[in-house]
Amino acid sequence: MAVLVSTAINGDTVEFACDPHESLLDVLRNRLGLSGAKEGCGTGDCGACSVQVDGRVVCACLMLGVEAEGRDIETVEGMSHGTELHPLQSKFLEHAALQCGVCTPGFLMAAKALLEHNPDPTEEEIRFGLAGNLCRCTGYDKIVRAVQDAAKVMRG
Amino acid sequence: MASESTMAHPFEDAPNHVTPTVIHDPILSKTDFRSVGTRPLRPDGLDKVTGRARYGADFNMPGQLVGLVLRSPHAHAKIKKIDTSKAEKLPGVKAVVTAADLPDHTGGDQSMYDILENCMARGVAKYDGHAVAAVAAVDAPTARKALKLIKVDYEVLPHVTDVDEAVKPNAPLVNPRMLTEGVEPKPKKASNIAKRTEFGHGDVDAGFKEADVIVTRSFRTEQTHQGYIEPHACVASVSPDGTGELWVCTQGHFVYRNHCAMLLGMDVSKLRVTSSEIGGGFGGKTHVWAEPVALALSRKANRPVKVTMTREEVFRASGPTSASSIDVKIGARKDGAIVAADATLRFTCGPYYGMWAELGSMTAFACYDLKNVRTVGYEVLVNRPKTAAYRAPSAPMAAFAVESVMDELAHKIGMNAVDFRIKNAAKQGTRASYGPVYGPIGIGATLEAAKKHPHMKAPLGKNQGRGMACGFWFNFGGQTCTDINVGPDGSVTLTVGTVDVGGSRASIALCVAEELGVPYEQVKCIVADTGTLGHNDMTDGSRGTFSSSMAGIFAARNAITVLRERAARMWEIPVEHVTWEDGHAKAVGEKYGNLAPLSLKEIAAAAGNTGGPIAGHSEIVADGAGVSFATHIADVEVDPETGRSKIVRYTVIQDAGKAVHPAYVEGQYQGGAAQGIGWALNEEYIYGKDGRLQNPGFLDYRIPVCSDLPMIDTQILEIPNPNHPYGVRGVGETSIVPPLAAIANAMSNAFGVRMTHVPMSPPRVLKALEAAKKA
Repeated sequence: MAVLVSTAINGDTVEFACDPHESLLDVLRNRLGLSGAKEGCGTGDCGACSVQVDGRVVCACLMLGVEAEGRDIETVEGMSHGTELHPLQSKFLEHAALQCGVCTPGFLMAAKALLEHNPDPTEEEIRFGLAGNLCRCTGYDKIVRAVQDAAKVMRG
Repeated sequence: MASESTMAHPFEDAPNHVTPTVIHDPILSKTDFRSVGTRPLRPDGLDKVTGRARYGADFNMPGQLVGLVLRSPHAHAKIKKIDTSKAEKLPGVKAVVTAADLPDHTGGDQSMYDILENCMARGVAKYDGHAVAAVAAVDAPTARKALKLIKVDYEVLPHVTDVDEAVKPNAPLVNPRMLTEGVEPKPKKASNIAKRTEFGHGDVDAGFKEADVIVTRSFRTEQTHQGYIEPHACVASVSPDGTGELWVCTQGHFVYRNHCAMLLGMDVSKLRVTSSEIGGGFGGKTHVWAEPVALALSRKANRPVKVTMTREEVFRASGPTSASSIDVKIGARKDGAIVAADATLRFTCGPYYGMWAELGSMTAFACYDLKNVRTVGYEVLVNRPKTAAYRAPSAPMAAFAVESVMDELAHKIGMNAVDFRIKNAAKQGTRASYGPVYGPIGIGATLEAAKKHPHMKAPLGKNQGRGMACGFWFNFGGQTCTDINVGPDGSVTLTVGTVDVGGSRASIALCVAEELGVPYEQVKCIVADTGTLGHNDMTDGSRGTFSSSMAGIFAARNAITVLRERAARMWEIPVEHVTWEDGHAKAVGEKYGNLAPLSLKEIAAAAGNTGGPIAGHSEIVADGAGVSFATHIADVEVDPETGRSKIVRYTVIQDAGKAVHPAYVEGQYQGGAAQGIGWALNEEYIYGKDGRLQNPGFLDYRIPVCSDLPMIDTQILEIPNPNHPYGVRGVGETSIVPPLAAIANAMSNAFGVRMTHVPMSPPRVLKALEAAKKA
């Protein structure tokens, strides 16, 4: 029996119907056409499905779609303002902080939340802040540098 | 000139492919660059930071069904009967397939038959996770319900999963018909050894008699997975008229097309395959698993079918690398000259014939100039998933064993580990242990750079040790087909058939921009589907940028020929008086020198009146992939109470030939090192006594996370490859070869404990430390 859910995604009011067992990730990807969040594991181990829910990073695969009721959800699709990229997006590109790019949306969401809570993190704080997101291509070096550089830009 | 070998395809499933040395005329034509060597943004970058890029699971077709696969819970079992009748009757189920729906069209091609059987078990399930049936239904819950309604009657058979157990005389037979190849006379009794291979030259026994010091050791490495973050996914659509489409994440859509068409009994030209953006491959997406099954489901249901593997399925039933067991013996004189080297390598292949020990045997001693050398490889069948390539397949394990013994030998002689390697390093003219004679190579240069690197002199902290090791990989060229089309506005579309796994579109566009003499931004590189270009081999063997840039440069030269002809027509002068410089046609000669140069844009704008569209095409076998060498330096800190290790500093030094886009070259060096570090310290497949995989998830199969690693320093050396127009060598794989040994050597230098079993996980390190304490 489908449940009607009312929520906000990237600032827009969104209503959807989903089964009670459906994950938020499945709802985003299969019902709302927001396929930026990826399923790398389905068990909360890889972070590729990271989204922000009321400002906190959440693995969308571990949250039910029905739990989105009344929440404020941000996905990678909402990161840029019009044609203007978020500094993290620009710096990931500039630093070549992605190779295959499949983990990138999750990293961007996790890094955004990290910098919102801690605008001037140390390298160690960045590394632990992003430890819930797996990247198999880069060895994380360029990701950490991109986040450091973006933090600098965001601090102004 | 002398040249390194050109191998035929090292990773395709057909073995017996190693061709002898090919002598090339050098084609290096440029060493001074304007675009190549810069770091522009990649053309696919924006889509990848905004969530717009479409990967395997991000694509849908109208009327699409959900396909799921039923897998064997047994390591080895006879399938007596499969009853699908209840599943077929479940409302919403549109197709159920078993091996009966995939009749054998392989025509005696054993390697393709193995792939067919691996995609769907035929009478016997050979590993935990082996596919036995599949369903397509209107949604996932219905498909899951249907899987539960399929009744499989198994007769459990004895199994073996361990490499050393499998070669014992009374081990359970994985394939009762397997008679070892490469042994004379051919054995009459079946065994788990599929093949024996031998490489080398000189007289090893005589060589050891000259040795002052000999070190002999045995090593083991456990099975690891490529660990790409994107699980395998595809959408298949087959029409009743026999045509089909496949959208799939793959390292090689042309090869997937060829394999799927054969397994489905389709004409190759009737199956159009589009490669999605790929979320990591590292060799693991060079092989079909669910794709033929998805096509079979679609054919039966007459609807598109999407199949996406779960992470558990990826671990249990895709293609991890081999577990290995290796014996190494090296002898040297007191002055540090190696007099003989010998190794025996046993590599697991899963239940099917492979060539993994062979690759280990070929790479083991490739870094060194040896008079007497021998390697013997044994391909070992076990009840584990069919081994697939993993970044420089088999080389990391061989290097772990050889480079560990090299360090020990240097220590016994009293020589510095770097100097000992420099003394014995291969150079131009060296006959490689696997046969060919090297052209210009970078092993010596990487060692000299390591010796001078500040990392080597940096102070170490408490419980820290420093180690170094070298690595080699062949690299590959292969079949490549590329198009260049000049638009009416002078912008250039560069169409390639090699899947971009990590920035190759940017690199190939840089080379074409360089050749045409136009800005990088004027060239847009796209990866075409199989209907658009001739066959392209996979993106493997570090060949993506090497081969497609070579074909791209040749295509650009062909386009320039056309552009010169068009300019000649516009000027109404003979084409012999038109040259191409800096993106412009220039008229030369006394009579024409005063004509203003014509830009590519101007020529393109006039194309409609000078002969129509302007294009350049190239189809090649990109021979002459330059071999690749690296030296790594690792600082490791070990907690003596827990055995947990942490990498505190890491440096990669590798020859790139020419670094086309240095940021992505650095990325390859760093990424390979990180995978090697994970392999060295944590990652392993753990099988229970029941033959079932116990850790098929990222929680229990732990790959390095951000907080596990330091920054990874890189140094790019450029020793041009004479067999590429710009000197490019493949750079993708070699970086995973040295870390296992470099880290083991660091531990040995820190604690005097020689680690011989990878991964050097906390329990193993603790055990070794305790044993050393007692001794």
